[in-house]
Amino acid sequence: MNAPRVGFAGAAAALMMRDLRLALRRSGDTLQPLGFFLVVTTLFPLALDPQLSLLRDIAPAALWVGALLSSLLALDLLFREDAQDGTLEQLALCGLPFQGLLLAKTAVHWLLTGLPLVLVAPLAASALGAPYQAMPGILAALLLGTSALSLIGAVGAGLTMSIKRNGSLLALLVLPLAVPVLIFGARATALAIAGEPLAAPLYLLGAIAVLAATLAPLALAAAVRVGLE
Amino acid sequence: MNELTADNLQLWRGEQHVLRGISVEVAGGQCLQITGANGSGKTTLLRALCGLVPLEAGRIYWRGNDVAADWAALHAELNYLGHDNALKAELTAAENLHYAAALRRRVQPGEIAAALERTGMADSAGQLLRSMSAGQRRRVALARLMLTGGCLWLLDEPASNLDARGQVLLLELIGEHLGEGGAAVVATHQGLGLPAAQLRSLTLQ
Repeated sequence: MNAPRVGFAGAAAALMMRDLRLALRRSGDTLQPLGFFLVVTTLFPLALDPQLSLLRDIAPAALWVGALLSSLLALDLLFREDAQDGTLEQLALCGLPFQGLLLAKTAVHWLLTGLPLVLVAPLAASALGAPYQAMPGILAALLLGTSALSLIGAVGAGLTMSIKRNGSLLALLVLPLAVPVLIFGARATALAIAGEPLAAPLYLLGAIAVLAATLAPLALAAAVRVGLE
Repeated sequence: MNELTADNLQLWRGEQHVLRGISVEVAGGQCLQITGANGSGKTTLLRALCGLVPLEAGRIYWRGNDVAADWAALHAELNYLGHDNALKAELTAAENLHYAAALRRRVQPGEIAAALERTGMADSAGQLLRSMSAGQRRRVALARLMLTGGCLWLLDEPASNLDARGQVLLLELIGEHLGEGGAAVVATHQGLGLPAAQLRSLTLQ
């Protein structure tokens, strides 16, 4: 009974390991957002006139719409299962900062949907005719953008976790908030492909990501607590 | 000294006045049994005591301190077993216990196996929860209760789905917990078989 208590870092790491292990157990579901992103972005070149200039014009839109929609795919399950089986209550009652634990869960969501997307983005971008020199800019924009999308999406997932068949409501809540990410992400990508300086939209993406990382945990914990009542 | 005290708890659910001025007192080594008809608010009271449901009025004190100021102090020593077992269907019994315990304390090697042994689930340590019966899952949840410790146990119908031997085991675990100076609040209709000095009861109308 008097064994040493764990610190927050240990508990959060164990929680992340648990979620990663669960994701590995159903790899089909886990890979779905990545598959969706790859299919959408690589179908564009096939459906369009094979002109490099045309492909390069639509590349930012295709990449970012694909990233936004694929980040929504796995979102509705982020908290719902934990809420149903009671493990989310245990997180709320373990005496450790609830916001931090929910942020750890959100980080796992990013590791499973955002990070793989960033890793395959060079493939998708080159299919859309983006030049080699544009890759660092595209990757930086996607790194910031997908982090912001995971954080914003988690708040929506927390708000709708106790609603059955919440997919469309979740999209309705999250999409308007995600539009700035889409705008600045696509702008940064377009500038990177054109070979122009892209610091301005990247700074704005970074600001959105920092803002989301600061405010989302507060909103998320409040939303999940209401859902647990 | 009372470990947990609650005064005049009031809670409405929509039009329904669920908790009407409930007061609770449990000292270390004591068990408070909550009884009452279905729908009388037993679960709501337990959830209110651990802060999952906000109260309209009333105060809860943990070791003399108002919990509204510091829920974490209560939560750090709380062990809550609700209707749901709080176990993941896609993990094995041993994995579930490992991750559940990791939120609260460092587990020594062998403790998980010992807890499963005690609850009669040693042979199923590597079995996925999904493939277990409801009673077996409850036994794994009891193993979690043992493993995560905590001075205050809040148990909501802990005997549900348990067979006769499982219920005996549950009573033994509660008895040992009280023997170590812990406190428990248990919502159940079954007799707990505790000596009168350890047992208090509260009936919700």
